[in-house]
Amino acid sequence: MGRTAIRDMFARTKAEGRAAFLPFMTAGLPTPAESLSLFQAMADAGADGFEVGIPYTDPLMDGPVIQRGSDTAIRAGATLDVSVSILKSVAAATSKPTIAMTYVNPIFRRGVDRFCAELAGAGADALIVPDLPVDESQSLRIAAERHGLGVVLFVAPTSDAGRIEAVAAADPVFIYAVAEMGVTGERTDSGSHVEAIAERVRKVTDAPIVFGVGISNPEQAAAAGRVADGVIVGSALVRRALEADSADAACQSLATAVSAIAEALRT
Amino acid sequence: MSKRLERPDAQGRFGEFGGRFAPETLMPALAETERAFDEAWADPVFVDEFHRILREFVGRPTPLHAAPRLSEALGVNVLLKREDLAHTGAHKINNAIGQGLLAKRMGKTKVIAETGAGQHGVATATAAAYLGLECKVYMGAVDIERQALNVLRMEILGTEVVPVTSGAGTLKDAVSEAMRAWVTTVEDSHYIIGSVVGPHPFPYMVREFQKIIGDEILEQLNGNLPDVAVACVGGGSNAMGMFFPLAESGIELVGVEAAGEGILTGRHGASITAGTPGVLHGTRTLMLQDADGQVQEAHSISAGLDYPGVGPEHAYFATTGLARYVAVDDESALEGVELLARTEGIIPALESAHAVIWVKQAAAELAGKTVLINVSGRGDKDVEQIGRFREERR
Ligand SMILES: Cc1ncc(COP(=O)(O)O)c(C=O)c1O
Repeated sequence: MGRTAIRDMFARTKAEGRAAFLPFMTAGLPTPAESLSLFQAMADAGADGFEVGIPYTDPLMDGPVIQRGSDTAIRAGATLDVSVSILKSVAAATSKPTIAMTYVNPIFRRGVDRFCAELAGAGADALIVPDLPVDESQSLRIAAERHGLGVVLFVAPTSDAGRIEAVAAADPVFIYAVAEMGVTGERTDSGSHVEAIAERVRKVTDAPIVFGVGISNPEQAAAAGRVADGVIVGSALVRRALEADSADAACQSLATAVSAIAEALRT
Repeated sequence: MSKRLERPDAQGRFGEFGGRFAPETLMPALAETERAFDEAWADPVFVDEFHRILREFVGRPTPLHAAPRLSEALGVNVLLKREDLAHTGAHKINNAIGQGLLAKRMGKTKVIAETGAGQHGVATATAAAYLGLECKVYMGAVDIERQALNVLRMEILGTEVVPVTSGAGTLKDAVSEAMRAWVTTVEDSHYIIGSVVGPHPFPYMVREFQKIIGDEILEQLNGNLPDVAVACVGGGSNAMGMFFPLAESGIELVGVEAAGEGILTGRHGASITAGTPGVLHGTRTLMLQDADGQVQEAHSISAGLDYPGVGPEHAYFATTGLARYVAVDDESALEGVELLARTEGIIPALESAHAVIWVKQAAAELAGKTVLINVSGRGDKDVEQIGRFREERR
């Protein structure tokens, strides 16, 4: 559980000579009742673990697709409690590492300690909070550790050595390396920054590196996967979930996309 | 009695409020902005240049004068600080010039901004044209409609106005979208945030640029201090620009928020009066949110007060008793416009009208006292909308 489950996943994928694939999906799409089926389809298609988005009204780090995903999920009834229960069902049904993603306000509103306790109780292994930089992360790290949750911290193309060192010193379960300047969304160009960032991070720490933001197709995933321990794809998958006209269609569309990316990471 | 804080602490905190809750991509830029601002603000050449432009181009100092007919009507001795007479028609230009100068000093060639009422957008477009910077302004689709005049002004000034359709299409969404845009363009762009909101150093820096309002007031009053000073509060920049220099002088400070359709209807913008602590747009403050921490839509007839948060320094002033905060509703604001127009020949912005009408509502309590109102902006931008409301009421 927790940190160990995630580190074990990286050890396994590394032994297979590849990066781990962690699809992102907003909890509650297309509806809370059908949400698990989408995660199950992605698990069957080769996901190694999940980043489960707990929807938030004002996601500052997210582009239009994930914003729309959040709005849709909230309107469909994905409250905080419902989202955590979806995460719980995903963890139980797939037995894969699950990492919760949400913004700092819902965490503070519920109370940092209680939030971590509820996530851990649901079987989450770690937590990603895009608007909580390392500078503001201490109270969350203390609570997360008390409840056996790992905390993920970010490194961006703009982070200098001092900031990367501060992130490493906070001992994240892995480092989320932002592959492109900007918010989440699909890009046509491919990760121009990934090699340089990976190199800068590796100089400072041997914490696992996972690339996300701007990775949406198998080629981009493969390029990031060559220099990282893991890859996160979000907008390209949420878009498929939003475009499909039924949960079944969403599952099929996601299975196709996930298996293509998983395949690209193996070669 | 609590003390005002000359500057927030190293983490950007005013007591329990403030801070820097921003994506990592922006953190280096926020640190760089803080460093650059501290250096500039300590550099007499920069400060002189700022004041020269405010004097020559903006037309400062703005007048402060008595309002005899309004005073008589209310039984309160009213003074007016005329920010509506600043170039472009509101206090927003003070901050836009300050941050525009800073952007240039930092070597940035582009600026972005959000706007609600369009006043900050026009101010930024103006500062950008004056300083030779490229400018893009994010504005909610609903606000684009209700402040059409200001959209045209920005376009004439050579600024691109980008409609924001997410959420309710108002100020909150425009701020979110401008921040997202900044994440993408941070290497060559500076984000001229329009109020004392956002992650550190913005609330502090914007207050410093707006402090000119209160500094001038103290000079203009020459020791004859009023009993009460009143300003409307959206994000809170005109209010803090007046409050900060006046705090600790014995003057009672009153911030007037938007009660919209009424606090009890839930459709309002009164983040201090009716909000709870939370993090909005990178700062810990008082805000409108539900039990899950989802941000609630604000509502106000005035686009500039239609915001579910408030600057963290106001949250600090409110919780420490340095200032008092009240709220007045949409109908009252409309009445405030006509009251000031017909007694003093000044059509105020709908935002500023909230401060005006509060003085009437509190006239019994204020009887015989001297009350200074900050007329934060002029009402030209609102004339069409006011016309529509008058039509509806008929
Ligand atoms: C004339 C005027 N007054 C007040 C405001 C509210 O902003 P703040 O509270 O930052 O002064 C605005 C915002 O657009 C404005 O245009």
